Amino acid sequence: MENFLQQLINGVTLGAIYGLIAIGYTMVFGIIGMVNFAHGDVFMLSAFIALIIYLAMTQILGVTSLGLVFLIVLVCAMALTALWNWAIERVAYRPLRGSFRLAPLISAIGMSIFLANFVQVVQGPRNKPVPPMFTDVIHVTSGGAFDVTLSYKQILIVGVTGVLLLAFWYLVQKTALGRAQRACEQDRTMAALLGVDVDRTISLTFIIGAALAAVAGTLYMMYYGVVNFSDGFTPGVKAFTAAVLGGIGSLPGAVIGGLLIGLIETFWSAYFSSDYKDVAAFSILVITLIFMPSGLLGRPEVEKV
Amino acid sequence: MTARALSSPLLTIEHLTMRFGGLTAVNDVSFTVGRGDITALIGPNGAGKTTLFNCITGFYKPAQGRLALAREGLAQAENVDALTKSGRRHNGVIYLLERMPDFEITRDAHVARTFQNIRLFSGMTVLENLVVAQHNILMRASGLSLLGLVGWPSFRAAEKAAIEKASFWLDKIGLMDRADDPAGALPYGAQRRLEIARAMCTDPVLLCLDEPAAGLNPRESAELNDLLLSIRAELGTSILLIEHDMSVVMKISDHVVVLDYGKLIADGTPDDIRNDPRVIAAYLGVEDTDEAAEVLA
Repeated sequence: MENFLQQLINGVTLGAIYGLIAIGYTMVFGIIGMVNFAHGDVFMLSAFIALIIYLAMTQILGVTSLGLVFLIVLVCAMALTALWNWAIERVAYRPLRGSFRLAPLISAIGMSIFLANFVQVVQGPRNKPVPPMFTDVIHVTSGGAFDVTLSYKQILIVGVTGVLLLAFWYLVQKTALGRAQRACEQDRTMAALLGVDVDRTISLTFIIGAALAAVAGTLYMMYYGVVNFSDGFTPGVKAFTAAVLGGIGSLPGAVIGGLLIGLIETFWSAYFSSDYKDVAAFSILVITLIFMPSGLLGRPEVEKV
Repeated sequence: MTARALSSPLLTIEHLTMRFGGLTAVNDVSFTVGRGDITALIGPNGAGKTTLFNCITGFYKPAQGRLALAREGLAQAENVDALTKSGRRHNGVIYLLERMPDFEITRDAHVARTFQNIRLFSGMTVLENLVVAQHNILMRASGLSLLGLVGWPSFRAAEKAAIEKASFWLDKIGLMDRADDPAGALPYGAQRRLEIARAMCTDPVLLCLDEPAAGLNPRESAELNDLLLSIRAELGTSILLIEHDMSVVMKISDHVVVLDYGKLIADGTPDDIRNDPRVIAAYLGVEDTDEAAEVLA
């Protein structure tokens, strides 16, 4: 029982991070029909940005209030990562918009390799340790086989994710930008003829996706205490799996998919073998694609006639 | 030009040519769309009507020609020429549509259009379809939606105004009680009316309708006539429409332009057109003038 509860806590935390990344995949797919394979590396990049800002603040500027530092790190990482993703879209995807369908996909793979190598060159290939922060834990149960703990970090991760998802949901459902995004998803030409600047809407989609990935990156860095230039790939592909599982193009689907993948991976590690946890996660991708290609909440693709 | 005195032109099309490879779909066409007029564009299938529409709304970049839209007042020829030479897209009054990308034609020049097939956002609600069309006002009021996130007053006021305008149109097209239904769930005739209402929500000075009566039954067709006439009467919006349904064309239009094989063959009042031998010939071949006259009557 203790084991189950502890793994549930761990799984939800991991799932929250996957969900945040998965939104970026699903939004970009929804609006331009492209799987942005560089998104995982944007996430990795944001973790480095967050680490650099964190170190600069605590060690050079000597700010001691951890809450303030965290808030500034989060905001700066979101802004800078958004700027990166905006530039990536401008340079690597927008010029290919009128091209054949695979062109932006290949460009995205190239961008993914570029980002990983760029970080490797400027930051070095070794793991970067992150000074521990928010180390306090709450003992949920005690006296059993072992104490079930809930760390401040985990509360922070789930809390920040929850607040951002609410804000994001409001943005998409209730504001002009969100409506324009949904309109562009359905018919870009018609949206343009109603005065919607489609290119700008796509840019803003990349910016929002990157900002959410940056939140995930900051939390990931803080949670695991180590970052590496190759960290974009596996979480990236797992978040993509989450997006596919939830139904690519569906925003609630991405969050639910993220949580499921996080839970499956954690429980698999706990009850079977942690060596094979990636196998478990990717088996889900294969099974989803075979038996449920449109995912849990996705709409089946209907050809326009 | 015919003897008919046209009202001051809103849109002046000069020497418009559009080619696709070796095919000249629109060939040196010039005519004007009068301010406050309902102008009908007719012609046999493949005459280049939709291509011309696509040039006006920025879908295609014409090979040659000038499309000058004067938002207000009379566009003096020398002003239009000066703007053309300056290389700019518009001077705030005169807009050179051939230079503008599609969304700017709607946003700045205020030209709206519908398509032959229905292109509503079928997954969004009826109300949302009408609010999307007011995107630019809302984006400005909400600071790219960021202020919207914190419930900024200007955003709320703009949102309220947008919903009021949408309600006005819902009332006009008789869909108030379906406001929160998905647009795709409406019956065909209602979807057609909603498309026109959505185009009107962009505050157009010129409304371009591509076969608005296609697929409508006679009663719906008559309702469409009333809707278009009331749009013109109440809001002063000029209308340019492509239509095959002669009961619509002859009843409501002030001015008819006829294209055939990409060329303009007639331009005048409905009465002029009905009796024009070139039009009759274009519609049914040179021999059957009597039969063609019946169709156009």
